[in-house]
Amino acid sequence: MATGDEQQDPRIAGISSAIRVIPNFPKPGIMFQDITTMLLDTKAFKDTIDLFVERYRDKNISVVAGVEARGFIFGPPIALAIGAKFVPMRKPNKLPGEVISEEYSLEYGTDKMEMHVGAVEAGERALVIDDLIATGGTLCAAVKLLERVGVNVVECACVIELLGLKGRERLGDRPLFVLVNAT
Amino acid sequence: MSAYRDEDPRIHDIKTRIRVVPNFPKPGIMFQDITTLLLNPKAFKDTIDLFVERYKGKNISVVAGIEARGFIFGPPIALAIGAKFVPLRKPRKLPGKVISEKYILEYGKDCLEMHVGAVKSGERALVVDDLIATGGTLCAAMNLLERAGAEVVECACVIELPDLKSLRELSFDFMVSNGRGFLRSEFSKNDKWLDLRK
Repeated sequence: MATGDEQQDPRIAGISSAIRVIPNFPKPGIMFQDITTMLLDTKAFKDTIDLFVERYRDKNISVVAGVEARGFIFGPPIALAIGAKFVPMRKPNKLPGEVISEEYSLEYGTDKMEMHVGAVEAGERALVIDDLIATGGTLCAAVKLLERVGVNVVECACVIELLGLKGRERLGDRPLFVLVNAT
Repeated sequence: MSAYRDEDPRIHDIKTRIRVVPNFPKPGIMFQDITTLLLNPKAFKDTIDLFVERYKGKNISVVAGIEARGFIFGPPIALAIGAKFVPLRKPRKLPGKVISEKYILEYGKDCLEMHVGAVKSGERALVVDDLIATGGTLCAAMNLLERAGAEVVECACVIELPDLKSLRELSFDFMVSNGRGFLRSEFSKNDKWLDLRK
């Protein structure tokens, strides 16, 4: 699998080059990693999903949780391929049923993430998916929501890791798997 | 059971797994919650398979999904039929240059955006969302794709709300008068396939 010391899977170069960097979005100084161009490249998109599926199939994972909204693009294909359910993790007031919430801090202020009560059961093994990890705040909130109801979060998986923002540290000793590093 | 003998046997289970949440997002609305469908891997897979069986081999190169629940159904369909996936988003979410289409809500207006260059002239496209109510969002989506020169072959939704008749006639008139492809859904509460081409 794609870790630092092993030879990189040959598909990763194509995935990486399909990602577009947009300077100064959403505000000056930020280099935004745009995965929408990768979704236009059918081979790169398929390879992205395949790399995750190869890693997670046959690992007894019954839950794939995807963080709104770009986690909704990658989570469901992975869930379908490995036979897991898909659980959307959403901004406040989007999920219609009874929810549990987890607050998390932003650069300025806080936000909240929600999950439906009853979506997952204690003891289930889960993956958390998002397109990108930056500070890790969002992923951490998702992990905590799942852990609060007794789920074992096996790993967090992202297409891109933005280095230098301590996202990995914020996840503590919880495993993180990414395909592409960006600075 | 269906009133129609030829309803695919997978549809019944899909239907029963959709949860209705009363009075969400406001009093009087019976919200069709697809998240419970997603909790059953077989039912979710059947949902996708039904779309894929319909659209595979039809030379469709674009699947456009409407934020956010269209992002759940669109990509698996796109991957299975070998099409690209194009997210259609609320304003200021897409980072690159966009084209925008305004549309009317019950109270007020909203706007849908698509990246410039996502689709090319002449491409055949599908629009996917979890549900069609008034058709306003889907119409905005079709407009975006057509403005970019794509041909919208069909809109596909898991659920159609059949009771918003007068507003749906609006979207019906709009679509027929513009010579668009017909609107179809997996099922409606009345167990009917809606084929506007007839």
